[in-house]
Amino acid sequence: MPNIEYPAYPADTLLQLESLVPCRESQVSMLLSIFGERHQFSFPSIFIYGHTSSGKTYVMQTLLNTLKLPHVFVNCVEHFTSRLLLEEILIQLQKYSETEQTSHVSCDNFNDFVRYFKQAVANKELQDQTLYIVLDRAEQLREMEANILPAFLRLQELTDRNVTVVLLSEIVWELFRPNAGCFEPFTLYFPDYSIGHLQKILSQNHPSEYSGDFYAAYINILLGVFYMVCRDLKELQHLAVLNFSKYCEPVVRGEANERDTRKLWKNIEPHLKKAMQTVYLREISSTQWKRLQHDEGELGQLKGLSAHTHVELPYYSKFLLIAAYLASYNPVRTDKRFFLKHHGKIRKTNFMKKHEKTSNHLLGPKPFPLDRLLAILYSIVDKRVAPTANIFSQITSLVTLQLLSIVGHNDQLDGPRYKCTVSLDFIRAVAR
Amino acid sequence: GCFVFKPSAKRRRVSQKKDRGLGESIGDSEDTELRFVTCQSLWAQIKAKTEQIQEDLNKQLFDNLVNFLKLSHSEFQEKTAEQTCRMKSREIPTAALILGVNVTDHDLTFRSLSEVLQNNVSPYVALLEAKDCPGIKNLIQKLMGQLMNCYVDVEDEDYVQVSQKRIRCSMNSIITWYESVTKKTESTTPSEKGTSSSRHWQSPPVVVIFKDMESFTTKVLQDFIVISGQHIHELPLVLIFGIATSPMIIHSLLPHSVSSLLCIELFQSLSCKEHLSTVIDQVLLPTDFPFKLGEKVLQVLINVFLYHDFSVQNFIKGFQLCLVEHFFSQPLSVLCCQKEDTKKRVNSLTHEQCENVRRLPSFRSYVESQASEKQVALLTEDDILKGIIQKLLEDLNVYHQNYLPVLRCLHVFTSSLPKYPLGKQIMELHCACLENKVWETKEYESSLQLARMLNKSDLVTMLQQCVEIFVSSSGKEFDKTVEKLKEFLTQFQKLEEEAFQERDVSVSPQKELQKKTDLYHLQKTLLELKDSRRSKKLTKFEMLRFEVVDYIDSLVRNYLIPAHHKTLHEIVYFNRASVLRGHLNAAPRTALHTALNNPYSYLKNQALKSDGGSISNKAPDICIVYKLHLECGRLINLVDWLEAFSTVVMSVEGQNADAASSDQMDDTIQYPF
Repeated sequence: MPNIEYPAYPADTLLQLESLVPCRESQVSMLLSIFGERHQFSFPSIFIYGHTSSGKTYVMQTLLNTLKLPHVFVNCVEHFTSRLLLEEILIQLQKYSETEQTSHVSCDNFNDFVRYFKQAVANKELQDQTLYIVLDRAEQLREMEANILPAFLRLQELTDRNVTVVLLSEIVWELFRPNAGCFEPFTLYFPDYSIGHLQKILSQNHPSEYSGDFYAAYINILLGVFYMVCRDLKELQHLAVLNFSKYCEPVVRGEANERDTRKLWKNIEPHLKKAMQTVYLREISSTQWKRLQHDEGELGQLKGLSAHTHVELPYYSKFLLIAAYLASYNPVRTDKRFFLKHHGKIRKTNFMKKHEKTSNHLLGPKPFPLDRLLAILYSIVDKRVAPTANIFSQITSLVTLQLLSIVGHNDQLDGPRYKCTVSLDFIRAVAR
Repeated sequence: GCFVFKPSAKRRRVSQKKDRGLGESIGDSEDTELRFVTCQSLWAQIKAKTEQIQEDLNKQLFDNLVNFLKLSHSEFQEKTAEQTCRMKSREIPTAALILGVNVTDHDLTFRSLSEVLQNNVSPYVALLEAKDCPGIKNLIQKLMGQLMNCYVDVEDEDYVQVSQKRIRCSMNSIITWYESVTKKTESTTPSEKGTSSSRHWQSPPVVVIFKDMESFTTKVLQDFIVISGQHIHELPLVLIFGIATSPMIIHSLLPHSVSSLLCIELFQSLSCKEHLSTVIDQVLLPTDFPFKLGEKVLQVLINVFLYHDFSVQNFIKGFQLCLVEHFFSQPLSVLCCQKEDTKKRVNSLTHEQCENVRRLPSFRSYVESQASEKQVALLTEDDILKGIIQKLLEDLNVYHQNYLPVLRCLHVFTSSLPKYPLGKQIMELHCACLENKVWETKEYESSLQLARMLNKSDLVTMLQQCVEIFVSSSGKEFDKTVEKLKEFLTQFQKLEEEAFQERDVSVSPQKELQKKTDLYHLQKTLLELKDSRRSKKLTKFEMLRFEVVDYIDSLVRNYLIPAHHKTLHEIVYFNRASVLRGHLNAAPRTALHTALNNPYSYLKNQALKSDGGSISNKAPDICIVYKLHLECGRLINLVDWLEAFSTVVMSVEGQNADAASSDQMDDTIQYPF
């Protein structure tokens, strides 16, 4: 007997569905009970949320596909304007309509959308079934026109058709709720997969050459290493595929059999640790990683992305950057003391200075005007520096390189203010 | 506001100057025309050369990139069948291209890169710039525009209709476009017998290049990557990030969830310093081009490079400016031409030009060194002068030909010394040699000292390198030098053989040392050994080493005479560094100040020529306002300012206009405020 029970659908379809969505049985049965039977009106809008890769999209897709429910699946990131989004829904709807109309629909506002929508679902097949519109990455809707989200939430009411809108998102409903209030959708939470779930799901797609137990043991080791840092199912799948050939190596060479887990563990464990520091952080690419596995232990030659931190800068750019850093982290009143030759006597503010220093670094960079930057530059460079266009253009190019950032409006020509965005380590490397 | 010198502006100015140069000296002679033509042709040669260098330097990088793209693509084709089931989330192949901070050079690099890619990998290459893509919408629009255009380039008959229609700008339309395009090529290639498929595959990747990764906003990039990550199965996309700073920027721009969609591989371009030194090595030093840069000018250009922008393009632009300025300002630059033309041009010199030659300081000192009757002949008879000019130019040419190999040779020696007293790169050495007699400098002294302490193997390899340099050089005088150097080499070899025999001998005192076990004898022998070492006469090797160094020294003294000691150096050397500095190091603040304070310096209107202190009412209003503002302190009362302004302006007009009209004038006077 299937765990997911619902009388409206044949048992074997449900069984198949269950095998496709492991560890999500309760959510699926909940959804099914909300959906009801094909012809029944369902809840107007459902809001599903949960962390990255907790199976929201996948579950929805498999559910709708296996049960062959009429649906439209749209990603809101991809269709970044309301116009694109609405048109995409209409285009996808066209495939359900009997008349093969390929004409281009242009749909500028929601009013048009409702009109077109009524036309599109007019045919017989759709009339007696619930149509599901799934909006993936629904958080993007908040950035579109203000009426889009509330309108989608009560689409059933607006169109007077049997339609249910499903929103998928990674953030909670509370962050969606518009100021003016709206129809409250039914919210459903997809919890994270536990380590047991991950083990079960990952073990499912084992390659046919090896036995399931063997692969499960491998997944167990993999999770042991990576579970601390990564619970993303997709990423884990990716890592599992990448490193499996290495795990099999002793077996292929005949040094160990499939049951010899301890030996296999010894072989793979350092390898996986290395992978955690490199591939997982995308320091080196997966193809490079594969190449490395083939020709053994030349990792020393291949440096990751972070290894190339050194940035070569022209002479004055270095000084400009240092001056900018000083201007960002030193308060204005210390300028006189630090950068003037005849600054009078230094008051005994040692204790205070120490206190300041730590707090300044914690507070982050402060904006400073251009003139102050130049004044500090003149005092830290030994030679006389002429304020040529070259210097000014270097400041601008530092801004484009994101080493400095401009504060305030761009159109303020006379007194631009900057902020230094680089870290102390970077400045140390430059100053050397 | 400040005015940055854009290359285009410089171009315009240069061309204006040429026009002026031509127009001004029509009366002078027709040689301006000739000068202009010479300058043009020379520049064309130099430009071709620099482009060639750039191409060669980039070749390695581009080859790597092309390989990467091909590989990523082939995986796409194979994987579709077998691995999609296993790797559900396929990564987008991405090349991170680190180009260094010289952003101005990148344009050229990217242009040639996209050309190379279009020829070798795929016709679908799109170049995106951050300033065109403030939002994801603009990015996709731009991308579509470029992709479809480059399609039109390939077969432009039947696809025009689609581009005319306003298409929905979304990834879907790109995908449908791509499918239709690849289908079409698939259907056409069999009939064309695979002519196009030999260059591109059946489904070539779509290459998207982000020129300036740093300037893109995080959101746009993230969205684009997420979108394309979803369609990677349908659209073989390859990204290239142009990175100016360090690849860490990828991590700071993209969160892990996005960067996990990418399969990033790193490519590093040649550093701009190396690029510059090759340019100098192959353009400035060889004798192919008659035009040369003087020491100060070269120093200015190198300083701009090192201190300010790291841009090789700007360096070449500066070089071009020098070239134009030289041909414009030096009437004798007609003679600055290829060897073959020299004779003809010298013979066709007019009297006026001969006088110009006589006025050259270097020529005058040459004349003074001659016998008195010859002096008279040189100063009065043009024909004799022409002959001498010919000879001197020939000398100069020979000097250049000899200069280079000796310089290279010296560089071989100095570049391996600890602390590099004469600089690591050949350009530094070149500057030092141009400046004054290099053998009189302290650095040279110390480097010779160090050279005397080189060990044998280094010395031998250096000598071999020197021999190679001299053999490959065209100078005829070096046969002897080569012989001499080879002789040194054989001597070293002999020494080595002798050393083999000597080794047995040298071991013996140590053997003795081992034999004698009692303390007294031991001490004695040790002292003896020490003494002998201290007072030891120079070994044969050391003698030889001294000889070699002295020989190199003599070569340097012979051939590396600074150019400004040569007669007629003015013809080929451009030495007016101050002019160049004025052009390259723009100082907007000072320029504005002088313009406002002393309008005569820019407007050249006699009426504006004032003696300083007073404020003339003929000056432009803005100047008057500026001067009045200078007279005040930190804060200005606007009404007072206006009052003062109107008094200055009205001071002359008040005499002929009556008081009634002055009220009327106020409107026009008030406008600056």
